[in-house]
Amino acid sequence: MAEEDGDHQPLRGSDPPDQVLDTVLETVLQFLTCRQDRNSASLVCQSWHRAEALTRSELFIGNCYAVSPARATARFPRVESIYIKGRPRFADFNLMPRNWGAHFRPWVSAMSRAYPWLEKVYLKRMSLTNDDLALLADSFRQFKELELVFCEGFGTKGLSEIASKCRQLRVLDLSDTEVIDDAMDWISSFPEGETPLESLTFDCVECEINFEALEGLVARSPSLKKLRLNRYVSIRQLYQLLIKAPQLTHLGTGSFSQSENIQHLDDNQDLDYHSAFAACKSLVCLSGFKEVMPEYLPSIYPVCANLTSLNFSYTNINPQQFRSVIVHCHKLQNLWLLDTVCDEGLQAVAASCKDLRELRVFPVHPDEDIEGPVSEVGLQAISEGCRKLQSILYFCQRMTNEAVIAMSRNCPDLVVFRLCIMGRHQPDHVTRKPMDEGFGAIVKNCRKLTRLAVSGLLTDKAFSYIGQYGKLVRTLSVAFAGDSDMGLRYVLEGCPRLQKLEIRDSPFGDEALWAGAHRYYNMRFLWMSSCRVSRLGCQEIARSMPHLVVELLRYEEEDAPFVEEDNNNFSVLYMYRSLEQTRNDAPESVTIL
Amino acid sequence: MDFQGDANLKATELRLGLPGTLNEPAKQSPPSKSSKRASLEIYDESSSKKRETSSSDVDDRDSTAPPTKAQIVGWPPIRSYRKNTLQPKKHDADALGTFIKVSMDGAPYLRKIDLKQYKSYPELLKALEIMFNFSIGDCSERDYYMGSEYAPTYEDKDGDWMLVGDVPWNMFISSCKRLRIMRGQEARGLTCL
Repeated sequence: MAEEDGDHQPLRGSDPPDQVLDTVLETVLQFLTCRQDRNSASLVCQSWHRAEALTRSELFIGNCYAVSPARATARFPRVESIYIKGRPRFADFNLMPRNWGAHFRPWVSAMSRAYPWLEKVYLKRMSLTNDDLALLADSFRQFKELELVFCEGFGTKGLSEIASKCRQLRVLDLSDTEVIDDAMDWISSFPEGETPLESLTFDCVECEINFEALEGLVARSPSLKKLRLNRYVSIRQLYQLLIKAPQLTHLGTGSFSQSENIQHLDDNQDLDYHSAFAACKSLVCLSGFKEVMPEYLPSIYPVCANLTSLNFSYTNINPQQFRSVIVHCHKLQNLWLLDTVCDEGLQAVAASCKDLRELRVFPVHPDEDIEGPVSEVGLQAISEGCRKLQSILYFCQRMTNEAVIAMSRNCPDLVVFRLCIMGRHQPDHVTRKPMDEGFGAIVKNCRKLTRLAVSGLLTDKAFSYIGQYGKLVRTLSVAFAGDSDMGLRYVLEGCPRLQKLEIRDSPFGDEALWAGAHRYYNMRFLWMSSCRVSRLGCQEIARSMPHLVVELLRYEEEDAPFVEEDNNNFSVLYMYRSLEQTRNDAPESVTIL
Repeated sequence: MDFQGDANLKATELRLGLPGTLNEPAKQSPPSKSSKRASLEIYDESSSKKRETSSSDVDDRDSTAPPTKAQIVGWPPIRSYRKNTLQPKKHDADALGTFIKVSMDGAPYLRKIDLKQYKSYPELLKALEIMFNFSIGDCSERDYYMGSEYAPTYEDKDGDWMLVGDVPWNMFISSCKRLRIMRGQEARGLTCL
């Protein structure tokens, strides 16, 4: 309680002690970075609520429709970086109409007025146009970082706006994002002279780039640490970039093969790729290899020993070719693979990568009913060799409970367990029993598990296990599983931390939907497609829960012949909590109850 | 010392309402029928409906038998970008059959065909004629599609649109990504080569 010092402080409307409190509070709260802590702090009292709002510089919007841009910018006036998520994950698999929503426009418009000092934008599964990018480039003088993941709707014209106008741009990362070819040479749009660029990721951009311009850009970006090229960059061109940027820590190699247009005989002479890689002493993360010529793989041996992250998930190589690389990678923590490496390759991983934290195995032939190259053998090997495993995504054609149980015991630190047995309703390959016990063991033994994706033949028993033991599970993905409403009820009643629940083609209906009503305000969203919920059931929920947005989506595309267009006339139920009224940007195929 | 006014106290007041609102929190209508008790009643009623599944009766689960071999949208859950990027190896002759989309100008629906079902251009064109109920005219080596207002085109690996029939059949099926049957003005331009 400071004494009023009349000489220095003119009396104002709010009293000095109040001011002191607020100032102290703001100064202290500035140090809170974790958003969950901030949310808690904001609930203490009005004073804290206000101070927290004034000091929050990083804003995370988990669902772009849960809150409006107006409300967000009104509450948090001093945001410097924003993270917005749009569509739910199942939209990635063509289960949602393309023009469903998640537009960046209203956000960038609001922010252009509210946050002129905005520095960072991270968008996931949003739709944005060239105009949106132009507005962004025009509105934010200090703009430094743009990361777009699973986004679409814009083209090289929009990229050009960013490149040319954002003079302080440090990060431009496009991951798994569709970019329309507007025939615009966006690489040339970067300004002349030295750039502050630290990270440039365009490995998903499916159009040619001006290589000469790229070379020049890399040469004048001394801070560049992360460079991920698209498949239009040949290995020769990669060489030319590497010798200019040996300071790189993260590299996406592009095609890693010869360009198809070999114009000169000289091109047949191989450059010293080995030395070029050897010069990159700081390289820790390697990806790309989109059209790999395996004979060039040995050139990466010099960097293998330092690698903590390797993405071979577009790399079609056989077990022997893979083994000769992986034996050098003792420090590896993140590994993404294509299943062409077979169980044998996974055994090599188990032998060499004792520090492995994350593994993803993708299928080269994502079909059902074929012989797959990886199986329970690979999973078992990994569980035995990589005891520190925290996250796994594994696509396979066959699996056994035994292997899954083994993993649950050998890898107790698992936080993410996603197993996709690609044949629907596939039982244990050996015992022909459902996969209930395997997944049951995972939830029982992996006490830190927060994300789970199940597959194979599963009865309600599996769900009873999840409800009983999966107390920390936040995200659950279910497909073609369960017997009855009880399955869903076990989960809704048993998992208090459940935030995101995505279900397809499972026999869960209105009763189960009702059983979870007490949960929905505490969840990010619920997705149910091709299940047994009826329009009536959804209407009941919508009526009794005013802050829940209940969307019914119809398929329009001819690609979905299997969808039952019964008298319910919808295929997807997508519901989420929201502070706002019904959105007005939904297409015709969406009915909001 | 004087604690000035209510404003100060209100700002630091600890109460059950959310601090974001100044008023009393609006009464939220309780989700009436969704209480656990109610749902348990429903459960009791339907408990007799609960099916028992014995784990050995795997083959009897025909009530949820999946459509056989039909293309299921979004399954397995692999993104299109990844599917499209993974080309079969260049020297791998046994690429799995690919379904490609076929569109015809003016038709409301697209179709899908498996290129591997056909062994030659005439076979393919005949199948398209039947599928879309049109006539493509004579297909001779010289004068493609004479006497027809239709011209079959395809998009190749590089994203370019080409006239069907120029390249050897095997090259065609390995590079064709989708088909489009053009008609009218644009088509005539192609057939008058």
